[in-house]
Amino acid sequence: MNPSSLKSRFTTRFLRALTKINAHKPISSSSPGPGEIFQRYRRIKVAADKSMAYSVRSRRTWSRATLWRLRTRSPRSRLATHARRSWVKTRSTRAASHGKEKKEDGGTVEAEELRELVPGGEAMDLCNLLDETAHYIKCLTTQLDILDRQECTSREL
Amino acid sequence: MSSRRSRQSSASVSRISDDQIIELVSKLRQLLPEIRNRRSDKVSASKVLQETCNYIRSLHREVDDLSERLSRLLATIDADSAEAAIIRSLIM
Repeated sequence: MNPSSLKSRFTTRFLRALTKINAHKPISSSSPGPGEIFQRYRRIKVAADKSMAYSVRSRRTWSRATLWRLRTRSPRSRLATHARRSWVKTRSTRAASHGKEKKEDGGTVEAEELRELVPGGEAMDLCNLLDETAHYIKCLTTQLDILDRQECTSREL
Repeated sequence: MSSRRSRQSSASVSRISDDQIIELVSKLRQLLPEIRNRRSDKVSASKVLQETCNYIRSLHREVDDLSERLSRLLATIDADSAEAAIIRSLIM
């Protein structure tokens, strides 16, 4: 994965989303209430996660899981959430039996914790989990870099 | 890599090769800011996993913080300046 191209893909998508979020602002810019700020914060966070997952697309399990989660988070799709949960359950019991047989130096307990942190981690075996985690961390740091840069330029005004 | 995995899982009772794990763990270790600076041979795999969990949590927190700061910042500046900021960071 070429980091510079991932970065540019993410930047383009994220800034496009940010422009849309800004367009939502009421024209009468009296001091915005905390509810509005919270809503904008949620939108920005979703935009950041969505942009990152879309930039990676379905090449990675974690990005697929993130895209699924983002698509099914609306209240309409309670059915989809239920379907996903039962899918995850069957996959994770399969993966868990793999993990237990592995029996390395206490790797299973920490691996479980890691599985909760990496999207889609519940269904991965240890090998995949480690691989996906490395990529996930790289993408998170890219995401942070660009968010930081955006904050700096916004501050300069 | 995927062909190697399927070959192994069909061979034995789903034994993932130790070398693969060691390789992946060391790759992870390179990404962690804390452990990178310490001597490499002293860190166990479970410690690496633990540090990874902590690192991912702190990254999540940072994204949250930055998103919140951005939302406050963008709330205070007018639409034109926001556009300017976005375009400028694209050029940067």
